[in-house]
Amino acid sequence: MKPDTDTIWAWLDEVPDPEIPVISVVDLGIIRDVVWDGDVLEVAITPTYSGCPATSIINLDVETALRARGLENIRLKRQLSPPWTTDWLSAKGAARLEAYGIAPPSPAGGPKHCPRCQSAAVEKVSQFGSTPCKAHWRCLSCLEPFDYFKCI
Amino acid sequence: MSAALFEMLLRLGDNTLVLGHRVSEWCGKAPVLEEDIALANTALDLIGQTQMWLGYAAEVEGKGRSADDLAMRRDVWDFRNILMLERPNLDFGHTMMRQFLFDAFHRAQLAALAQSSNPRVAEIAAKAVKEATYHLDRSAETVVALGDGTEVSHAKMQTALDLLWPYVGEMFESDDVDAQMAAEGIAPDPDGLRAAWEATVRDTLSEATLTVPQDNFAHKGGRTGARHTEHLGHMLTQMQWLQRAYPDATW
Repeated sequence: MKPDTDTIWAWLDEVPDPEIPVISVVDLGIIRDVVWDGDVLEVAITPTYSGCPATSIINLDVETALRARGLENIRLKRQLSPPWTTDWLSAKGAARLEAYGIAPPSPAGGPKHCPRCQSAAVEKVSQFGSTPCKAHWRCLSCLEPFDYFKCI
Repeated sequence: MSAALFEMLLRLGDNTLVLGHRVSEWCGKAPVLEEDIALANTALDLIGQTQMWLGYAAEVEGKGRSADDLAMRRDVWDFRNILMLERPNLDFGHTMMRQFLFDAFHRAQLAALAQSSNPRVAEIAAKAVKEATYHLDRSAETVVALGDGTEVSHAKMQTALDLLWPYVGEMFESDDVDAQMAAEGIAPDPDGLRAAWEATVRDTLSEATLTVPQDNFAHKGGRTGARHTEHLGHMLTQMQWLQRAYPDATW
């Protein structure tokens, strides 16, 4: 019996992002579609950044997770359009990022406050950080550096 | 296959490949750690874009080659990047000035390509323009900080601008390939991007207290493959050595 797509979405929501394991690939908004094409399950995945080295690991993790649930005919499709945006990050994902110490993306162009001490006195150290999706900021109150999830 | 489309895709992919490789040469030795990470991330975006452009180029060509084959198995005369991007990095200021002059062009070019009549070109450009916009924010900010910085940083940025200015004209060159792509609505005529580019560049350079050179002489030949500088061959010996020494080696 084929599991329905809601069930599959729930399974994929348990697949962690390889670089930020507190959020799932579904939270990240990169799973664009899950459809049955006859007996083949097609999952459309969009890359965050063109050169993000995690992309191939994510594909592998998704496929491994679905196989572990007994699915055998799986087709992963790379979907470029529309391009990924941080607007697709789930509310659950944003809350988990913050709890993990990564400031979630904000349309204002910078973090609202320090994810550790909540101070609004923060400054940018560098527009880039430890992964393509993050920038490097620091808190002027608790003096801790922190990652900010870039808003694109 | 469309020979003109293949040629256009090589020009796009070779620009990002050659600049991506040059910028990656800073990895591990940039002036400070934050800049090192920023340069490596910029290079990564550019190499990612290269995979998309050259991947599509290989499909259009239809001879069974892959993006990797195009990147690692072609020689100097087959490359279609503009000359400015193959220049050695020199100092950090020169690297950032080159990045800025290209980013301003790249963003305008990609924004226009995102409206392409070719859906594959449009979707790659729509993805890449977000990254180029982010690169331009950073390179423009750095050019202003260094240009309007200390006496030493100002002098270095002015020297970099004077050295690079004779290379900017090639970005706006047009030939039959461009004419055909423009006629088919696939790509903008490069000359049409110049006004917007000049506006961005002159504003930023003026804020950076730098003087734009008067002379509009342009070195050309990279994007047509007619002649590259002596630097590209040296760069390829580094970039391609593994596939040259061990053909088909995989990770």
